[in-house]
Amino acid sequence: MLELRSITAGYTRDAPVVRGVSLTVAAGESVGLLGPSGCGKSTLARVAALLHRPDSGTLLLDGAPVRHWRHRAPRDQRTAFGVVFQQARLSADPRLPLSDLIAEPLRATGRGEDAPDRVAELAPAVGLTPDLLTRRPHEVSDGQLQRACLARALVLRPRMLVCDEMTAMLDASTAAALVAAVEDYRAATGAALLAVGHDRTLLERWCDRVVHWDGLS
Amino acid sequence: MTCDAPAPAGAPAESAWRSHGPRRRSTRALRVRTSAALVAATVLAVLLVPPLVQLDQQAVDLAAKLEPPSWAHPFGTDDVGRDLLLRCVYGLRVSLLVGVAAALAATVVGTAVGAAAGALGGWADRALMRVVDTFSSVPHLLLGIFIVAMFRPGVWPVVISVALTHWLSTARIVRAEVLSLRSRPYVDAAVSGGASRWRVAVRHLLPAVLPQAALAAVLMVPHAMWHESALSFLGLGLPTHTASLGTLVQSARGSLLAGQWWPTLFPGLFLIVPTLALAGLAGAWRERINPRHRSELML
Repeated sequence: MLELRSITAGYTRDAPVVRGVSLTVAAGESVGLLGPSGCGKSTLARVAALLHRPDSGTLLLDGAPVRHWRHRAPRDQRTAFGVVFQQARLSADPRLPLSDLIAEPLRATGRGEDAPDRVAELAPAVGLTPDLLTRRPHEVSDGQLQRACLARALVLRPRMLVCDEMTAMLDASTAAALVAAVEDYRAATGAALLAVGHDRTLLERWCDRVVHWDGLS
Repeated sequence: MTCDAPAPAGAPAESAWRSHGPRRRSTRALRVRTSAALVAATVLAVLLVPPLVQLDQQAVDLAAKLEPPSWAHPFGTDDVGRDLLLRCVYGLRVSLLVGVAAALAATVVGTAVGAAAGALGGWADRALMRVVDTFSSVPHLLLGIFIVAMFRPGVWPVVISVALTHWLSTARIVRAEVLSLRSRPYVDAAVSGGASRWRVAVRHLLPAVLPQAALAAVLMVPHAMWHESALSFLGLGLPTHTASLGTLVQSARGSLLAGQWWPTLFPGLFLIVPTLALAGLAGAWRERINPRHRSELML
C-alpha cells in the first residue's frame, strides 16, 4: 500500500534528518519502526503521512507516485492516513471541546451531518465517557486527550494509521487501552499501521513486523 | 543571575522566590482602576453630553470672547465666544471616533495581511512582507499627510490615512504568531484530516491570533487619536469648523501668545488624560495575557 524509496528529508537542505531511507507497508500490515530519540523516525512518519515534503526520493501510494504534500496533496490521499502524534497537548486545538475535536475532520471534508453519530460511535471505542466530550483540552488529562486524538484519527475511516510515539507520554494501562482500540479498528477495517516508537517490547507485541531504523538505509 | 551579599544579622530573611510585593500590586491595581474610571467617564461624556445638554457647540457670542474659566463657562471661551467645555467634549467625541475607527480598520487590514502572509508562506509571504517593509520605510506621519492630502478635509480621509499607516505592526505581530502556530501538530492534524488552507486559517489560526490582534487594536486607539490631533493641528486633518482636539489646539495658538492659556490647556488635557488612561488599560491587559512582557505606555 505504502512504499517509501530512498527518502531524504529534513528541515534545512544542507542537513537532512533522514538520508536515503526505504520502507514498505503492505495493505493491512502493521509495521513497527524502532529507533532511538532524534534519529529522524518522526520526520519519516510525517513524510509517510504526506505532511512533510521530502528533499528527494519517491513515495508510492497504492503503486502510484505521490507528487504533492500537505495542502497540495489531493484530499482523498491526505485522508487515507489517520495520524496520532506523540504530544496530545500540542496536537489538539485548545479552543475545541473534545466532541468538536473528534468531529473536525468530518466537518472539514463536508460531512458534518455525520458528526454526532460518528462521535457517539467512536467515544466508547476509545474509552471516552459522554461528560468528557464537552470539555476542552485543558480540562482533561493527557491520556484522555490522547484518546480523543485517536478518535479524531479514526473518524474518517483511514486505510492506514500512522502512530508517532502515540503511547510515549502515557501510563501502561492507557497505552494498552489505546493499542487495543487501534487493533479493534484494524480488525474491523483491515487498515494498515505504521507505529513509530522506541519501546521494543511494545512494538514487538503490537506489530506484525518490527524494523530498526539502522536497517532502513 | 546575581550573587547577593549575606543579609545582615537581624534583617528579615527574604525568600529566594520573591513575589512582586503588595506595594507593586496595589500600584498596578490603582493604575488599572484609575484608567478604567477615566475611560468610562470619557465614553459616558462623549455619548451622553451632546444628546442631554442640547446646547449648540457652534454658538458664537462675540461679546463673551476669550473669557477665562468661570461658573458660566468652566473652561472659558474661545476667540469667538464659544463655550470651550462643550467644544472639548465634542472634540473628544470626534477624536475618539477617529481613533477607534482607524484602530479597527488598521487591525482588520493588518490581521488579514499578516494571516495571509503567515498561512500561505513562500513567495506570497515574501511579497506581502516586502510591501510592509516598503510602507515602513517611509515616515508614517509623512505618508499620512500624503494620503490625507489626496482627499477633501473630513473625518473619513483622516481615518483612512491613520489606518493605512498603522496596519504594519499588526501585520508583523499576526504573521509571527501564525508562523509559530503553523508548525504546531494540531495544524498538521487538521491538514491530515482534509482541511483546506482557508479552513485551517479561519478555524485554527485566526482564533488563536485574535487576542493579540484585539490587544494591538486597543493599544493603537490612543496612538491614532494623537495622529488625528497632529494632522488636524497641521491643518491637514479635519476642517477647522469641526471641533476635534487637534483643531481646538491649533486655533488656540494665537491666543496662547497673547496670554490666554485656557483655550490651549483644556483641549490638551482632554487629549492627554483619556489617551493615557486607554494606554494604561491596554498595558494592564497586555501584562495580564503576557506577564513576561513588562508594559510601557504606548502612545
